[in-house]
Amino acid sequence: MKRNTTTMIFLAGLTLLGACGEPGDGTTAGTESSGIVEISVVGSTTVQPLAELLSEAYEAIDPNVRVTVSGGGSSVGVKSAAEHTADIGMASREIKESEIQDCPEIVIHTIARDGIAIVANPDIDVDGITMEQARGIFSGEITDWSEVGGTAGTITVAAREEGSGTRSAFEDLVMDDALITEMAILQPSNGAIRTTVATTPGCIAFLSFGYLDSSTKPMAVHGALPTAENVSTGSYPVVRPLNMVTYGEPTGAVAEWLEFITGEDGQAIVAAEGYIPI
Amino acid sequence: MTSGTRRTGLEKTMKTILLVSALASLLIVLLIFIFTMKEAMPAFRELGVWKMLSGTTWRPGNGEFGILAMIAGSGLVTLGAVLIGVPLALGTAIFLSEIAPGWIVKIVRPSIELLAGIPSVVYGLFGMVVLVPLVREIPAPGNAGFGLLAASIVLAVMVLPTIANISEFAIRSVPRGYREGSLALGATKWETISRVLIPAARPGIISAVVLGLGRALGETIAMIMVIGNSVVLPAALTGNPLSIFLSRARTLTGNIAVEISYATGVHESALFATGVVLFILIMLVNSSAGFLLRRGARR
Repeated sequence: MKRNTTTMIFLAGLTLLGACGEPGDGTTAGTESSGIVEISVVGSTTVQPLAELLSEAYEAIDPNVRVTVSGGGSSVGVKSAAEHTADIGMASREIKESEIQDCPEIVIHTIARDGIAIVANPDIDVDGITMEQARGIFSGEITDWSEVGGTAGTITVAAREEGSGTRSAFEDLVMDDALITEMAILQPSNGAIRTTVATTPGCIAFLSFGYLDSSTKPMAVHGALPTAENVSTGSYPVVRPLNMVTYGEPTGAVAEWLEFITGEDGQAIVAAEGYIPI
Repeated sequence: MTSGTRRTGLEKTMKTILLVSALASLLIVLLIFIFTMKEAMPAFRELGVWKMLSGTTWRPGNGEFGILAMIAGSGLVTLGAVLIGVPLALGTAIFLSEIAPGWIVKIVRPSIELLAGIPSVVYGLFGMVVLVPLVREIPAPGNAGFGLLAASIVLAVMVLPTIANISEFAIRSVPRGYREGSLALGATKWETISRVLIPAARPGIISAVVLGLGRALGETIAMIMVIGNSVVLPAALTGNPLSIFLSRARTLTGNIAVEISYATGVHESALFATGVVLFILIMLVNSSAGFLLRRGARR
């Protein structure tokens, strides 16, 4: 009966939209074979390490569940959930309006929040900037540190590559409709960005909170430094959700695993890994 | 059964096995090309081949997929590598084949071969922490160290073994009589090298350079680490046209490697299209090497 309902939703989706969901590849309850329930989780490389820890912790509690986590990026995560090629999709950003339009059946479960810090080379004598200034710097309109109250010197912008969840979250939260300057040095990972900022004079970039260390200088935004505390009090503004996406309301093992994550034990792991619990 | 028929039987089997192995590589190249082409077709169809090749803006988020900046980036970094690497490699080759005493050759040649064995990510790391800060010292507005110059230097060292080895072989293969004849006519050693040996070995040297070019075009990870990866048409930073090499750029290979893990739909297809362009470029370069070699052999 339950399967019938799911199939009905599939068919309804198919007739309305054409491309969302494909009939016949299981239900949102995971795939069961010989007593072991398998849950496939695909998507954001930012959420991936966290999801792996959460799956290990859960498998210790319920040995009949096997969670397989693989990467691919946030867009792949949402797409996999919508097309139902995975039980759960991971996304390290808000789900886009267009993605919901393409597949209104997807359900979003926020499991944690992550801040994005704006960091500069340690020699920079500017301690904080405003959102407007950040937008100006990253769009290439502000090109000298003296324009934001520092000692004169060229600003070199570094950024993640197109398609990165961190970049698209930063674009949503800070850039509005402005585009990140084409002159930006692009590096394909948080680690490479950190090295670039640490070694290039006058360099500024954005980093996930998990990658902050003493080699770069975190910038306060509107007076609030990028710390977990300032995120939970709401004073640090550049925060993104870490999301799990399912096709329809989850049932069975998938629902139980998601309950575990948003419950006390799961959120303790979230906090221990440097992310902000919900 | 006599030993004679057994031998022909073995001959035939071996012949077939060898033929199959030879055909396998041909088949693999063909399959890769067909697959890449097939994946690239949606992008070519949707965006238009010419529009992709001539477009300078690459913003997958906005549906813009111009790869001219990447073609220019790959071309310029390769040109830079040739300008720096060829004199160095040629000097090495001449020294090793004509001038160096045996014991120096025994030390230098293995160390050049060792250069070829260093993984490219190590070259990239070296470039990132040593060369980039050095290049940054050149005073020019907007010079952050990351860019074509640092990438060209890294690439020059990477293609050095290829060019040096083949050139050395080409110079050594010049018949002894040429050397002796030249010296007997009263030419000095340098005159013999520059007027007789190098012209005689020219086809081999040219194909060495072209093979190096092919290798340079395909290099990926080391380039990503030092070139800055910005999608901009490289332009001179100051009045001096050479300062174009201080500009940041992105290579065709880098474009694929940086973005493929996130790409879906047209974006993914456009990256395969980048691959097709690269494939054709390298094929042209390599077949011109073959052409030059054949022409050289006929002379």
